[in-house]
Amino acid sequence: MSAEAIQSRRAWLLSDRPASRLQARLGRAYVAWRRFSANRLALVGLLIILALVMVAALAGVLAPYSATVGDLKNARLLAPSATHWFGTDDLGRDIYSRIIYGSRWTLYVVILVAIIAAPIGLLVGTIAGYAGGWTDAVLMRVTDIFLAFPKLVLALAFVAALGPGIENAVLAIAITSWPPYARIARAETLTVRNSDYIKAVQLMGASPFRIVLRHIMPLCISSLIIRVTLDMAGIILTAAGLGFLGLGAQPPLPEWGTMIASGRRFILDQWWVAGAPGFAILIVSLGFNLLGDGLRDALDPRSGDQ
Amino acid sequence: MTAVIAIEGLEVVFDRFRALKGVSLEVREGESYGLVGESGSGKSTLLRAITGLAPVSSGTITVNGKRLGKTRDKAFYREVQMVFQDPYGSLHPRQTVDRLLQEPLAIHGIADGEKRIERALDEVGLGKGFRFRYAHQLSGGQRQRVAIARALILEPSILLLDEPTSALDASVQAEVLNLLEEVRRRRKLTFLMVSHDLAIITHMCERLMVMQNGEAVETLTASQLIGHRVSADYTRNLLRASEGFVRV
Repeated sequence: MSAEAIQSRRAWLLSDRPASRLQARLGRAYVAWRRFSANRLALVGLLIILALVMVAALAGVLAPYSATVGDLKNARLLAPSATHWFGTDDLGRDIYSRIIYGSRWTLYVVILVAIIAAPIGLLVGTIAGYAGGWTDAVLMRVTDIFLAFPKLVLALAFVAALGPGIENAVLAIAITSWPPYARIARAETLTVRNSDYIKAVQLMGASPFRIVLRHIMPLCISSLIIRVTLDMAGIILTAAGLGFLGLGAQPPLPEWGTMIASGRRFILDQWWVAGAPGFAILIVSLGFNLLGDGLRDALDPRSGDQ
Repeated sequence: MTAVIAIEGLEVVFDRFRALKGVSLEVREGESYGLVGESGSGKSTLLRAITGLAPVSSGTITVNGKRLGKTRDKAFYREVQMVFQDPYGSLHPRQTVDRLLQEPLAIHGIADGEKRIERALDEVGLGKGFRFRYAHQLSGGQRQRVAIARALILEPSILLLDEPTSALDASVQAEVLNLLEEVRRRRKLTFLMVSHDLAIITHMCERLMVMQNGEAVETLTASQLIGHRVSADYTRNLLRASEGFVRV
């Protein structure tokens, strides 16, 4: 593509007289992207997350060994080397392969928690904020009850009741992580519910349901996306914590937290068994945090000309 | 001439504060009726009470012969629309003009949306070039035109105007007022207009009511106001204040 073509494409995106719905939307996205990409660290975060997704998708191709079947006879607790990049664990399994497969479980946990907890929080918060009165009081007291428990302890209680396993861990984390989202959505709703543009829609004869869904939620979503992204690291750590306590993923599933738990016994002599998955958690958590920070700059409704 | 809006002994109470204390008025079909008074005199509250945004504690409001209850139905909103004072606050910050204008059509299930949106934009003097802009890409006057287009797109017969030009600068103010005049003539609309600017009210309205502290002071015709044939002291003060402002 020539420089001129790029130039004209940019002008098309930044036009202040968009000629179609699509152009208006793309132009808006482009402005947000420019703001996002001006932040180098955010780009690093995005790269880490994209790499995580790629690794998870291509795990079968990238992993040199099986994640669950090891060589007990010849390859127990080998130090990192050319054949086993991150060494092997006590059952002779290649840790590098296990980490690659483990990225799938990390992604699985993070995505499931996000798509369960965020909509619940958004719905509860916007309804409470818009309806006010009794509805608000009841919904927010329920939220307070959930907020009053320490996250990990409540998740532990849920897992104890539901039985250990990665699905139940996901459920437990989701149940404990929606209250802050409800709080954010409610606060955001309270700031816009009395504005003239919401009144104007009321005067069109719109139902409260329609107003919440089509006019209030879009305004809450950006702060929610930011918060969820920043919470991703916490979700990964909680999942790892549950795995570490033996209440999350069960062996031989290559979940990173579980791997650290099983490496605990050799942490002084064979540090790589617990160190490698720990490092993976660190990198991915960092990636999500950087991404969240960048999104905050790009999507903040109170900044710039939004 | 029949009354399209008839209000009898209207009271509005917010928490214990009586914002309107038994106000009555009658707006005839096709006329432009003004409400004048200082800030806090209850004129905006009166408009909001008609639309259902302010809580009515007693009194009756009749629109087109129908007495209004606590809630308003969709048919009401097709007859009565409102333009807000602040054009910077009355347009959704995340929606294009197109989306804003589509919303009322979608709510009322009106089919010929494309045509109506184009017609509405033409009518308020904004071409197609404005259709896919966001509110932040528009000036104050343009925003108010969009707000007027949004109010007109349902083809109401009554338009409530809550100081539609007070947030705009003088030249833009004149443009918007001319636009409103033109629209009213073409569509034979009834206006109920709030303003604290006597010049605008005498220019736009045939009859007007002066309000103070939530009460009606007196009802006048525009020519009475221009000729200073007023009976209440408060109105006289108001007139003096507005002239003093003109002279400076």
